[in-house]
Amino acid sequence: MHNEDTLNQKNRNRSRILADFRFRAYGILGLVIAGSALLFLLGNIFSTGYSAFQQTVITLEINLDEDRLGVTSTASPEEMQEANVAKVVKQSLYDLFPEVKKRKEKRDLTKLISLGAELDVRDMLLLKPESIGSIITLTVPVSSDADQYYKATLTGEQFKSRLKENQKQWLQTLIDNKQVIIKFNIDFFTQADSRYPELAGIGGAVVGTIYTLLICLMISFPLGVAAAIYLEEFSRDSFMTRMVEANINNLAAVPSVIFGLLGLAVILNIFGMPRSTPLAGGIVLALMTLPTIIIACRSAIKTVPPSIREAGMAMGASPIQVTFHHVMPAAMSGTLTGTIIGLAQALGETAPLLMIGMVAFIASVPGVPTDPATALPVQIYLWAESAERGFVEKTAAAIMVIIVFLIVMNLLAVVIRNRTRISNK
Amino acid sequence: MPNNNASASNNMNESTRASIPSLQTTRKSATNSTQTIVRADNVNVFYGNTQALHDVSIDIQEQQITALIGPSGCGKSTFLRCINRMNDVIDECKITGQITLNKEDIYAPSIDVVSLRRKVGMVFQKPNPFPKSIFDNIAYGPRIHGIAEDKDDLEEIVVNSLNKAGLFSEVKDRLHNSALGLSGGQQQRLCIARAIAINPEVLLMDEPCSALDPIATNHVEDLMWELKENYTIIIVTHSMQQAARVSQRTGFFHMGSLVEVGQTEQIFQNPVDKRTHDYITGRFG
Amino acid sequence: MSSLLTFVVALSLTLMSGLRGWHRAKSKSNLHSRPIYHGLNHGLWVALPMLAISSLWLISDSMIIKPSVLSELTQNSKVLLKDTDFRYLEITQIANGLLLTHTDDANTLQAVQSYLQTKENTDTFILTMLLVSGLLGFRGVNRRFKESTPAREQVERIVKIVLAASSAVAVLTTAGIVMALLFETLRFFQQVPFTDFLFGTHWSPQMAIRADQAGSSGAFGAIPLFVGTLLIASIAMLIAVPVGLYSAIYLAEYAQPKLRAYAKPALEILAGIPTVVYGFFAALTVAPMIVDICRAAGLSASSESALAAGLVMGIMIIPFVSSLSEDVISAVPQSLRDGSLAMGATKAETIRKVVLPSALPGIVSALLLAFSRAIGETMIVVMAAGLAANMTANPLESVTTITAQIVTILVGDQSFDSPKTLSAFALGLTLFCFTLLLNILALRVVRKYREQYA
Repeated sequence: MHNEDTLNQKNRNRSRILADFRFRAYGILGLVIAGSALLFLLGNIFSTGYSAFQQTVITLEINLDEDRLGVTSTASPEEMQEANVAKVVKQSLYDLFPEVKKRKEKRDLTKLISLGAELDVRDMLLLKPESIGSIITLTVPVSSDADQYYKATLTGEQFKSRLKENQKQWLQTLIDNKQVIIKFNIDFFTQADSRYPELAGIGGAVVGTIYTLLICLMISFPLGVAAAIYLEEFSRDSFMTRMVEANINNLAAVPSVIFGLLGLAVILNIFGMPRSTPLAGGIVLALMTLPTIIIACRSAIKTVPPSIREAGMAMGASPIQVTFHHVMPAAMSGTLTGTIIGLAQALGETAPLLMIGMVAFIASVPGVPTDPATALPVQIYLWAESAERGFVEKTAAAIMVIIVFLIVMNLLAVVIRNRTRISNK
Repeated sequence: MPNNNASASNNMNESTRASIPSLQTTRKSATNSTQTIVRADNVNVFYGNTQALHDVSIDIQEQQITALIGPSGCGKSTFLRCINRMNDVIDECKITGQITLNKEDIYAPSIDVVSLRRKVGMVFQKPNPFPKSIFDNIAYGPRIHGIAEDKDDLEEIVVNSLNKAGLFSEVKDRLHNSALGLSGGQQQRLCIARAIAINPEVLLMDEPCSALDPIATNHVEDLMWELKENYTIIIVTHSMQQAARVSQRTGFFHMGSLVEVGQTEQIFQNPVDKRTHDYITGRFG
Repeated sequence: MSSLLTFVVALSLTLMSGLRGWHRAKSKSNLHSRPIYHGLNHGLWVALPMLAISSLWLISDSMIIKPSVLSELTQNSKVLLKDTDFRYLEITQIANGLLLTHTDDANTLQAVQSYLQTKENTDTFILTMLLVSGLLGFRGVNRRFKESTPAREQVERIVKIVLAASSAVAVLTTAGIVMALLFETLRFFQQVPFTDFLFGTHWSPQMAIRADQAGSSGAFGAIPLFVGTLLIASIAMLIAVPVGLYSAIYLAEYAQPKLRAYAKPALEILAGIPTVVYGFFAALTVAPMIVDICRAAGLSASSESALAAGLVMGIMIIPFVSSLSEDVISAVPQSLRDGSLAMGATKAETIRKVVLPSALPGIVSALLLAFSRAIGETMIVVMAAGLAANMTANPLESVTTITAQIVTILVGDQSFDSPKTLSAFALGLTLFCFTLLLNILALRVVRKYREQYA
């Protein structure tokens, strides 16, 4: 009867245990690969993008000379628009480097500062016409090339700068004089898109995204909750109901690009919603989010014990009253969690928005949801497709912002889930 | 015999515990071999901070049926799972003391659980056939342990095991159908057949009949009775009647301690400890 | 602004009616329902008709304004029938101040005027109907007021109808998708033969949008797109299946609770990252890396290689595979594991021979869903895969996919009459059918699996 381990058996056992060990190692390897992919992705984006939160600026003393501007302080706003601001800005640079005489070198010099300087001066003229004739001190961004070069010298990174040798020397002089410094880039958060990387910001896209998500929430939440209530509490198990259920499950897995087609063909072309607007974008995303919310709300309703319903009914409450007074409050946290997760998905959606025209170049922050706007993920796409090196760090920085948004939303969902779990105990 | 037993258990339910001494069935045949095969010495088991077993020491005799009884949560199943180290699965479970199988410490670092469990089989409370065919269920053990030489050998093992479990005639036409199609009692006997297919020395049974109806219970009890000729069986049971019917020795657990262990007749007719007496006469439990 | 005003007017009318109902009921005794229900009832009778009428705005543009403006335009000038969509878009954009370029074309300006006029007339008409319906509802419900009015029942009936209507929205969405895709696809097949699309091996949709524009005529053979889509999705699955599955097994079977507490949220982060981020990562980092590695190995890789897109897409679906698989693996009853372990099986043997076979249907369905997601994934391929419709199985070459083509064709202004635009809808329908098939299959497999353990 005794099964003495023979040598053969022992060898067999050893190889089985080795196999066990190997299997386990594969599992660890799988996790390590997934984890390192995540770390590599995030690390890559962080190292590319963190520099966009800083901005290289130059402090210029600009002489608002009437002759050079070609306008006087009494000029009308239209005339102010025509003022030759470029000339005064350039002159302020020439004054810094009197040794620069050749026309070609002068042009190289002016390429160190951003076009934003001229816009700032023009704004100044419109706001304070009385300043004409005086000397003002203005801090303006440097050009993207100069910005990239300076940031690279700070980190010691090697790259092929587009700056010429003489430009690099001028820039170095300005840096040594502390006229060119690096500071926190607040414009990145407040400005809208621009053709010039040093002036582009995510402000417009963030506002567009907020409008889009608000519209999406306002449509999908009430509809989703109402549909879930109907399906869980009031529908009889008929053929129709099962059709609706199968339909919702399938809708949840339809690729987002198909929703873009729906938006284009139905929401823009048949319903005549304004193109490129958060309104149209929000409606498309709402239809996409709807199944997520319905499924989450239904499973939340399912977890409400029937005893609560029976207790309510026994008190003479109607089914509707029981649903709204007892079932829904108990199911609310699950519903909210699902809604936030659905919105987080909607936040990152890009393809459907591209297709309904939210891809347009929009250089102003939208005021209302029917203004043409872009959204944060679309902005990322637009910048990623741009050739200029200056946009690369902007793209990565915008990604960092969107990931922060996502993490905050997910944390919120976790907090809601945990809080109700505690209060239910 | 089955009829006899079924009515006995029915009677039991009515006359309950007052008449326990009369329970001794005709089954108590002479027990001759008294070789100790499993010995536990001061076994303590902790789940995290709570102690589940306190200093349990017991000798299990070869080719006997030993029953472990006691109220719910008394630690009898925990002890059973120590004997084939199934508690290893639970992360925060810690065991002190010593358990030996054939004088070998089963918790010694040199011991490999795989070969230990090959020698100590187990049948669970709820039948747990794998979602495979009946044949594959029985063949699982021989396959992983490399017992069968070839296909014919494997087939022979399967048929033998099913025969020993008294199941072969019922399933011989559907060996390759899913085991999930069997009835509860058949499933449990399949699990027993599966356990004995690798020829263990000790068979642990954790309330094997608690999920079965009285007739299926009878089948399984008959089976145990036959298996005892070749195997050492340790059975945890909630039913004192079952312990009395099938076992030669009985151990009584209470609050994580082994209160008393002895010949089944002695435990049921003349318990030494007052707690044992109270339990078997139905004062608590 | 006018829409805001309309909203405020409609809301105050509703509130007024509701308050009136509530007030009237409050002063009575022997009420059937509590005053609040009378208030709700009165409010709903005003709000719902107005809501119904306001939905006219959705269809007014395509049903009334557009036909009228276009018929006028075609009478005045010789606009080709093909260009009408384009012209209309231009007109609305000028009218809404969206198009910054100035036009001096008299016809266009006139059309803009007529657009604005028609729009105003339509808006006024709908607004009038809206107010009239609200007032009628107000009057009607007021007249029928009695103490014995079963206001609660009436309100609840309306609420139930609203609830049912909400659940119909999901159905309408699907119907909308199917109709839109079918309708435009049929129009496409009127211009391009069905067999050319499905079996053609040459894809180049560039086509003259206007008649006077020079350009090549398009070719619409979709086979290269199908091949490209499958190639990239297969590379993705090749990465995601082993990594995701082994991670899931480790997390479900081996991992300490502490590790699981960190690993699961990390995987969820990976799952939540927008695909445009993966696209950026693929285009900026992975693709150049592959080019460098291949050059070092003496191979030539395209800078928009299928491998880069597939690799990154694989990373994207790892968490999808692993979290779905982990769920099904964890759902396998512990008793099966105990049974196998008690037979002396090692953990790996238990997992391979008992747990995984039991979880197989669930895992298969998870993989089907992952594949469907890989096929429908858009942004990664738009950004990292090329637009050249090569028919190749070489992962180092550039291929294009169904989704990438749909987006490329439809970004920007488009005319709904050109086969180029319509081809995007045919591609969309193909994609929809394919993913739908995969999803239905996956759901069916998983339902079978649930029955087994129920």
